[in-house]
Amino acid sequence: MSDILHPHITLPEGSIEKQTSTLNLGPTHPATHGVFQNILELDGERIVSAEQTVGYIHRAFEKLAERRPLYQITTLTDRLNYCSSPINNMGWHMTCEKLLKVQTPKRVDYLRVIIMELARISDHLICNSIVGVDTGALSVFLYVMQYRELIYEIYEEICGSRLTTNIGRIGGFERNFNNTAFTKLEKFMAEYPKVLKEFETLLTRNRIFMERTIGAGPIAAERALNYGFTGPNLRAAGVDYDVRVHSPYSSYEDFNFEIPVGKTGDCYDRFLVRNLEMWESLKIIDQAYKKVQEFKGAEAEVYHADIPEYYLPKKEDVYTKMEALIYHFKIVMGETEIPAGEVYHSVEGGNGELGFYLISDGGRTPYRLHFRRPCFIYYQAYSEISQGAMLSDAIITLSSLNVIAGEMDA
Amino acid sequence: MSRPVRFNIHAKDADIRDNVAITEMPEGLQGEGFFATNLEQVVGLARKNSLWPLPFATSCCGIEFMATMGSHYDLSRFGSERLGFTPRQCDLLMVMGTIAKKMAPVLRQVYLQMAEPRWVLAVGACASSGGIFDTYSVLQGIDQVIPVDVYVPGCPPRPEAILDGFIRIQDLVHNESLRRRNSEHYTALLGSYGIQ
Amino acid sequence: MQANIPFWVGGALIMSLTNEKIQQRLQEKFGELVSGFEEPYGMLTFAAPKENNIKVLQFLFDDEELRFQFLTALCAVHYPERKGEELAVVYHLHNLVDNVRIRFKVFTDINQPDVYTATSLYSTANWMERETFDFYGVNFVGHPNLKRILNVDEMDYFPLRKEFPLEDQTRRDKDDEMFGRGGSFM
Repeated sequence: MSDILHPHITLPEGSIEKQTSTLNLGPTHPATHGVFQNILELDGERIVSAEQTVGYIHRAFEKLAERRPLYQITTLTDRLNYCSSPINNMGWHMTCEKLLKVQTPKRVDYLRVIIMELARISDHLICNSIVGVDTGALSVFLYVMQYRELIYEIYEEICGSRLTTNIGRIGGFERNFNNTAFTKLEKFMAEYPKVLKEFETLLTRNRIFMERTIGAGPIAAERALNYGFTGPNLRAAGVDYDVRVHSPYSSYEDFNFEIPVGKTGDCYDRFLVRNLEMWESLKIIDQAYKKVQEFKGAEAEVYHADIPEYYLPKKEDVYTKMEALIYHFKIVMGETEIPAGEVYHSVEGGNGELGFYLISDGGRTPYRLHFRRPCFIYYQAYSEISQGAMLSDAIITLSSLNVIAGEMDA
Repeated sequence: MSRPVRFNIHAKDADIRDNVAITEMPEGLQGEGFFATNLEQVVGLARKNSLWPLPFATSCCGIEFMATMGSHYDLSRFGSERLGFTPRQCDLLMVMGTIAKKMAPVLRQVYLQMAEPRWVLAVGACASSGGIFDTYSVLQGIDQVIPVDVYVPGCPPRPEAILDGFIRIQDLVHNESLRRRNSEHYTALLGSYGIQ
Repeated sequence: MQANIPFWVGGALIMSLTNEKIQQRLQEKFGELVSGFEEPYGMLTFAAPKENNIKVLQFLFDDEELRFQFLTALCAVHYPERKGEELAVVYHLHNLVDNVRIRFKVFTDINQPDVYTATSLYSTANWMERETFDFYGVNFVGHPNLKRILNVDEMDYFPLRKEFPLEDQTRRDKDDEMFGRGGSFM
């Protein structure tokens, strides 16, 4: 057979002619938007099977965390899902607060909600515009990127950093939000809805976009649950599970918002759910900002819980007050008491339930810290999702699942 | 309605001194109808202003690179409009993010595939030195496997810093001797990385 | 758009399933086998012998009342000082209908870390178990593809076990005193 087709190729004696071709996608393939490898077995353009290899940026977060005092682990959480680091930061602080039984003031909760929802918007915005890029619409990406910069400017005003924010402290924030931050927030709230509307107009009913995404990479709700999907990807499949509602943290119960759900769990539904979630996030920020403005007088100056045992005192106090110096010393040298116990706390991250399982033996560092990383968990379904799909669909599926390599490989 | 993009309704007459940025002319002799300079400078000038970067983005720094490349900071202003995604066509390898030991052979492979002359920019603490990840799984700086021309510090560096690193690469490209890649010194440098 | 899952009651936040009830159901079924019930920070935690882990998980999954059908997380913990049960495999389960979480542990000897796999119940356990194997060397019996996932295949030890160092051993330029290498905060 092969002699007729390819007279110049002679297969060794006894070999079976291969009917499919193998394609290596990644780990540095530009279309994968991250570092992971897929070895695809292709029959023509149809994928017969996909085998994933991950771990190309495994950085040993869990081992590192065993050597870091609680308050230094924030820097690690930044680098999990770097598209929405504030959510990770807050999640970690809340885990610590749960362990230390710290009650945060309402104003802190609301400020946290603002920051977390901004992070969610920037996360979804990147994901959705990348889906646009993969369907051939680069302009939306270039356009909305400017508005992500506005969010970064707000972070910068609050903590001085853009991407890996390291925002907040155990018990609250490192400093109060300044007026510029609020002004920038107002500016963002005024400008962004128009842009989001425009973004939706460009894509949602765009014929090409719909043709490319509808029916691409679907997953049924039952399979999604069995695969441990959470977040927008699970909601696109039709399950309205959202940690913000089911285990409210940071006073999310005070807010009025909806959980958008899809039906088919395909790329289009995932896109729509993320878009709708951005609208909900805007609603939440709006409510939270109003609530923050209601605090008057001394209450408006509250930005951390009153826990001198765990919250580093102000630097000028350290230099001038005896007590502050003692606490500073105790915290930095690890003399404060940390209860032994095990805590699981989860937050709704950009990609789903981001969980922290912390075992403390009373020492300064965690005895064991396990991160429940949503990306790692749902990416394993990719080989099942992409089976039988066209190669080009598989690429969109990958970007619309929003697999963040940093979070996946920890 | 104010929109970020406006139609140019007051088009100006083309004015080459005002609208278009032109690089400085290299030193040389000129007269009517001719300009003479040495080849090295012309080649440097051409290379410098049309670098094709290969983004090797693995983690957080890659997101900052997206911002650099995006409309706000716009890397294409420096002549790198064209991001090549194949190492065969690119001159500048931009390594952004943590390189794990599992990734190191891949990075080396990509570097080897690039044609000379090639430059390497290590963006961020992880690519430069391993950064905060002094762990069993992370390569402690990409200079353990490939030679690096410019390091950009930061975790992640701001887009301005990445641009600064890029401009420094441009300086290197501009001033590089045409014979450098054939020199013994360069062969020895590559030899120290086991590259023939 | 609406939820189309039949068994899901939209946003049920009623805690009809209490920890006491779960404990009671488990003890009815397994008697002495399940032990060590506690409730750290409100989450019911219990342990069972490692031979029975799948039986317990299957019961939690299938039981009409318990319905712990969502595996939130699976990880291992290393306790070098507990002789004979150095490794703990921890399952975090979630009943999405009643919105209750529980934590289930099995302990195993580090010299023979064989634990039955949960992949037949939860597809998601596949990679979680591979990760646990990669980090701690827990051998999940019956796993379809048990090999390293995050680390390089050539690695010959299980890096998250307490006896192994965190740092890259090839570095010479970091001063121990200044950077605290090799030392510990504990």
